[in-house]
Amino acid sequence: MCTSFKTQLLTGTHSFGTAPIRAATTADTFNAALYLASATINAATTVYSATGEVTGTGYTPGGISITSWNAPAATGTTAFTTPTASFVYTTVTLSTSFDSVLIYNVTQGNKAVSVHTFGAQTITAGTFTLTMPTNAAGTALLQIA
Amino acid sequence: MDDSLLEHRAGNIDNDNELTTWVEYWLDGELVHRSVHVTLKKYTVTGETIAAFF
Repeated sequence: MCTSFKTQLLTGTHSFGTAPIRAATTADTFNAALYLASATINAATTVYSATGEVTGTGYTPGGISITSWNAPAATGTTAFTTPTASFVYTTVTLSTSFDSVLIYNVTQGNKAVSVHTFGAQTITAGTFTLTMPTNAAGTALLQIA
Repeated sequence: MDDSLLEHRAGNIDNDNELTTWVEYWLDGELVHRSVHVTLKKYTVTGETIAAFF
């Protein structure tokens, strides 16, 4: 497979089937929602759902908006991109343990993008910060190898 | 509030997937503040490492 094609998949250049008409050439809007450790959220997830999402003071259902992404790029045969900033949930109380974040496409009907897991946590009147991995092949948040 | 009454606790987890630090403040045996900072080291997708996922 051509590496340039992999990168273009990340910018919606190609379509092999029925696909939505893109209303703009700008990037879509993506959100990051937190899920309970008890939730069933995995590679089979197709769309954002409030089922299993964290609830608590200061947390808005649906999570937070991801401000921007690094321009999709490739190194070797791996295309990749990563959000440019950390996900920050400020002044929240999330008493039930959570261990995953769902990234989903708000522009495209809340379709699921990826689920990322970490050690289970709770927050009490504090801030949860999720800092992104290095934007490179092998570490970037989204990769097509 | 007299800050000297607060008990400070902190900890961290450092493994292949993440570096996590947390800070807690306790008052009279009650947790009154807990903040957490998770730094992902690589893409971990629902506990799996796979070649491509999106």
